[in-house]
Amino acid sequence: MTAPLAAPREDASAFTRDRAMWGAIMLAPYVLVFAVMVVYPVAYGLWLGLNWNSYRALFADPIFIRTVVNTIIFLFVAVNLKFLIALMLSGFFVQQRPWIRIVLVLFILPWAVPSIPTILSFRVMLNPENGMLNQQLFQWFGIMEGPGWLTDPTLAFISSIFVHIWKSLPFWTLILITGRLAIAQDLYEAASVDGANRWQQFRFITWPSLATLYVTSTMLSMIWTLGDFNSVYLLTGGGPGDLNHVLATLGIRYMRNNNLDLGIASIIVAMPLILPMVFVMVKRLSKGPDA
Amino acid sequence: MKKFLDEGKLLLVAIPVLVWTLLPIYHLFVLSISNQESMLAGKLWPDQPTLQNFQIVFAQQHYYLNNFWRQMFNSFFIAVATGLITLFVATFAAFAIARLKVRGGRTMMNLALATYLIPAAFLAIPMYKAMGSYGLLNTQASLILAMVALASPYAIWVLKQASDKLPKELDEAAVMDGATSIQLFRLVYLPLMKPSMVVIGIYALLLAWNEYLYAFLLLSSEKAVPLAVGLGLFLSADDAPWNLLMAAGLLYAIPPAVIYYLFRKNMVGGLTSGAVKS
Repeated sequence: MTAPLAAPREDASAFTRDRAMWGAIMLAPYVLVFAVMVVYPVAYGLWLGLNWNSYRALFADPIFIRTVVNTIIFLFVAVNLKFLIALMLSGFFVQQRPWIRIVLVLFILPWAVPSIPTILSFRVMLNPENGMLNQQLFQWFGIMEGPGWLTDPTLAFISSIFVHIWKSLPFWTLILITGRLAIAQDLYEAASVDGANRWQQFRFITWPSLATLYVTSTMLSMIWTLGDFNSVYLLTGGGPGDLNHVLATLGIRYMRNNNLDLGIASIIVAMPLILPMVFVMVKRLSKGPDA
Repeated sequence: MKKFLDEGKLLLVAIPVLVWTLLPIYHLFVLSISNQESMLAGKLWPDQPTLQNFQIVFAQQHYYLNNFWRQMFNSFFIAVATGLITLFVATFAAFAIARLKVRGGRTMMNLALATYLIPAAFLAIPMYKAMGSYGLLNTQASLILAMVALASPYAIWVLKQASDKLPKELDEAAVMDGATSIQLFRLVYLPLMKPSMVVIGIYALLLAWNEYLYAFLLLSSEKAVPLAVGLGLFLSADDAPWNLLMAAGLLYAIPPAVIYYLFRKNMVGGLTSGAVKS
């Protein structure tokens, strides 16, 4: 009751000091991981990337040019197709039916299982000679030589886009389902009282509420699709004849062929595309719940 | 009648979706119970379903699978270690940033987020190079460290979001009672954060269990690699025993699938919850 006035102030500053000390100590493990695993490697990589000759060699390599084109097509087709399908499927999955809930549980399987067994399963299934798909085409329709799913360059490229979508569709569908469920139901009730049809409801209620999420997700998915190594490497290895590489697999290929400089250079050329998106996304994500 | 039609339209969506989703998984399963002939004939259902492939895998009776159990254990060890270390690093960091408001904490988190957003395949090459100069190549420590570095940013971010939701008054009351920072952490923070920590631990564990690229770059000895890389070795053969691979692959895929289903409600949404709101 009669404690001297100075005491609490002293306590407070002691606490501030205690707080600053423990804050630094507790942040230290991550700072260490970050320095060792991100800062040093990236700085080292950039330093190696200063070698002008590697870019000359890179642009002289016809496979590289082909890869850049592939990567752009892959990104554009895979991301847009995935989100269009995810948008429509999220509309299907928000219907309240017990059996649809069961379908949803099965639908998220590709997301839940690791890439290696499932993509290799695709690889065996799509084998032009004894894969299940072409064998069944033969048995059902008498097609002797089914399409060369993995041996024809164009088909192999399309196949890897499909495998990528197969793997990543469930996650984005779930995100869009979450977004749709956050829309107030009475908006729809009011709209249907006013006689709005399904399309108008989508156009004037669903889409405006979902647009921000859709754009953010698309951007995030673009960045990750750019880094998708597994779908291409495990399905075709970038083949046939190195025609179907994307930047993610090409960089690793250079590196495995003891051409680290080209590997680094092929990553650095993608940075003008990636960094602006990363910047925007960090700004969006770091907004806290109360910001 | 109208109701019937509505269900019909929904089924028209559901059936192709299920075929598309389940076909490769079904195929994985069918091959794993096929003998060599049925497999090469591309049968929809094997002539004589058999569990022999699993027997061969369990007994490691094929040179591709000589280290099956060893590699399964490696996967398990690497995943658990990644989960625990990530949890330790991220919980501390989130507490320091969100509750202690350590100076520079926010900047650190934004830098971490940038790491999370840069595609992992692009970080792989510089990380590989760095591991070489640390002399850690071909050690499991290198893979665990890489996985912790990849898992921590998202972990910190999710935990920070969760921490921000805890009322400030809790801290203030505890400080009034003379609690030190470490007591605040132990007695107030940890108990309230338990649910988020479980999700984050599992997230990091699954990330490491499912990882292929980093494992295949950083480790090479057959005894040290996790099962994902062991299965990837089949890729080098033209006439690989795919039915054995699929049997082993099924065993490898089951644990994460079970975990996802147990925690599926918690695993999604955190990521874009900010975007849903804005």
